[in-house]
Amino acid sequence: MAREGLGQSAATASSGVVWWRNPTIRGVIAQVVVVVLLVAVVWYLVHNTITNLNERSIRTGFSFLDQEAGFAIGEALIAFAPTDTYGRALLVGLLNTLRVSLIGIVLATLLGVVIGIARLSSNWLVAKLASVYVEVTRNIPLLLQLFFWYTIVTQLLPAVREALEPVPGVVLSKSGLQFPIVVGDPTHLPVLGVLALSIVAAFVYRRHAYRRQRETGQEPRLLWPMLAIICLPALAVFLVTGAPLELDVPEFTRFNYRGGASVTPEFLALLLGLSIYTAGFIAEIVRSGILAVPWGQTEAAAALGFRRGLQLRLIVLPQALRIIVPPTTSNYLNLTKNSSLAVAIGYPDLVSVGNTTLNQTGQAIECISIMMAIYLTISLLISAFMNWYNRRIALVER
Amino acid sequence: MEETLTRETQTPARARPRGSRDPIGWARANLFNGWFNSLLTILILALLVWIVPPFIRWAISDAVFGAATPDECKAASGACWAVVTEKYRLILFGRYPFEEQWRPLFGIVALVGMALLSCDRRFWGWQLLVIWALGLGIFFVLMGGGVLGLSPVRTNLWGGLPLTLMLAFIGIAAAFPIAILLALGRRSKLPIISALSVGYIELIRGVPLITLLFMGSFMLPLFMPTGVDIDAILRAQVAIIMFAAAYLAEVIRGGLQALPKGQHEAAAALGLGYWQTQGLIILPQALKITIPPIVNTFIGLFKDTSLVAIVSLTDLVLATRQALGDPEWRQFFIEAYLFIMVIYWVFCFFMSKYSQHLERSLATDRRS
Repeated sequence: MAREGLGQSAATASSGVVWWRNPTIRGVIAQVVVVVLLVAVVWYLVHNTITNLNERSIRTGFSFLDQEAGFAIGEALIAFAPTDTYGRALLVGLLNTLRVSLIGIVLATLLGVVIGIARLSSNWLVAKLASVYVEVTRNIPLLLQLFFWYTIVTQLLPAVREALEPVPGVVLSKSGLQFPIVVGDPTHLPVLGVLALSIVAAFVYRRHAYRRQRETGQEPRLLWPMLAIICLPALAVFLVTGAPLELDVPEFTRFNYRGGASVTPEFLALLLGLSIYTAGFIAEIVRSGILAVPWGQTEAAAALGFRRGLQLRLIVLPQALRIIVPPTTSNYLNLTKNSSLAVAIGYPDLVSVGNTTLNQTGQAIECISIMMAIYLTISLLISAFMNWYNRRIALVER
Repeated sequence: MEETLTRETQTPARARPRGSRDPIGWARANLFNGWFNSLLTILILALLVWIVPPFIRWAISDAVFGAATPDECKAASGACWAVVTEKYRLILFGRYPFEEQWRPLFGIVALVGMALLSCDRRFWGWQLLVIWALGLGIFFVLMGGGVLGLSPVRTNLWGGLPLTLMLAFIGIAAAFPIAILLALGRRSKLPIISALSVGYIELIRGVPLITLLFMGSFMLPLFMPTGVDIDAILRAQVAIIMFAAAYLAEVIRGGLQALPKGQHEAAAALGLGYWQTQGLIILPQALKITIPPIVNTFIGLFKDTSLVAIVSLTDLVLATRQALGDPEWRQFFIEAYLFIMVIYWVFCFFMSKYSQHLERSLATDRRS
């Protein structure tokens, strides 16, 4: 409680210091003043709000969540009809947010790592191109980039009739991207089960191989045996069950492409914008992380006879990761929060659905609180997970 | 073995290695070192040859510059920069009265001048306050009018670049004192104050800016006494200030944490109280080392002001979209978007270069 942190406390009060100079008492008074002021302000705001709500005869409370929404949602991971409730509409929005964020995080990480390493390339041209990418994407507002991509997708891409087909079966047009998917078959279930088991087996093998390396010094062979353990049993089961593989390929019917899976132009533009923008930031983090590992580490590894790839994998990257992980986490969080810009291009994410709900019901306080609470929860979950991961890879000092 | 250690004849001189000034030597060292890099170089060169000449043809040789009609643009195969010539007043100044648009122009000059003067380290101190008060004062007199014979212009007509700059500059300026209090509060030993600061910072940093802007535009009017109407720009500005304060507080906290404990102890030994210690000893040092990250926060804020377009404020982005609402010119959206992308890019790029320069020049001092 002591203000000065000097260990002065009640003792000094008794030794002749007047009470209002006692740091402990001053601390208590300061906090009481702050709390009283805060309560007064909050009370004033709440009072105004209640008066205003009464005047506009808006009912408060979350009962509107059970009412019929009455609007359609363009893309939904779970079935949604206009007769469903607002609550379900918000859930659809949340799932859409999570979908675009997760895919965006994967793409941004892949692109960011490649560009970050490219900036360090000894090839002048590669390094220059990568730094142009970083300087351009980081210095233009994301919203503007989103509008740009969205207008490109919806205006410059050909109409469905003359859709681009870069790879047979993959159709790109004004109305989005359509691609083939595997038609589900009951026999796929055991194949997937075997695959899951083999992945576990492969990791057991890896642990075993590492233990043998510690005991005998034999360098383990990992890549091919692990691939074999993962793929072969599943492949065998797949062939034994008669290899039922049917692709649902988009096909042009009279007006439209039918079949296959599809993503909307809104999703495409949002995913493109988010990944390209965030990749620029991740690239800088990766670059500075690798640069932060002293050159002596690489030299020492070379002196010990590590090959170039092993130097990177065993010596440099584990150290660089410790520097890279924390800021990357906050970029993942940023990407998730930035996915809320979907509302600007009409992708039905949480904020977009929440905004529609707000406008239809007039329940501003409730809708905004729901949105904020959900984002806050996502943020806390991601940072909790990344803190756990960070602790796992953090330097264990003796 | 031993006789080979000495040599009777002189070793013939080897050819001078190709130095870095020699283009062939440079290319060999930087473009064709190893088969992989050579392959990459060739691939990238091919890509550049494939992309760059058509782009230059589109952007320059086949483009339509100056004043032209949409039909002339459609006839040409290149870019239609005429859309910028036609719409630049709308893009830059929004719906501000046309004859009065010299005022936002000088308003931009005032704000940019204020920012440029702030870059000079000689003015870091009380002069900074004067510069910002003057810059913002001139800006508001010019934009709002009503004095000095300037006709009053209501804020719902403000727009374009001046609005974008105003939201960012006022955002950072008003957030700064709040951020200092929050940062000090977070490190305070008083439990309630530190809990409140942590709660505020984490809450704001955990939600997207757009939800705060929604809060500003939908909830702020409810918070006000009946009959009080707050200006739409002010609502967004409040949200931006709240947002910037949380991020800035974390940056300043980083600076506070970098200071050694001895500074606090020395100040206490001199008999300084809490505010004297913070104001005279701790903050001057902490703020100095946080200036580069503060500039970076400002760059982020400058980009984030574009989100006010979603709550229908005519900033640079929304003004451009309104300009593109003209069906005659709509198809030339790439040119219009490129135009404002360049504006944003120039501001952000030079600010980030300045921040990097500061980081280097400030790093010469002792840090911890």
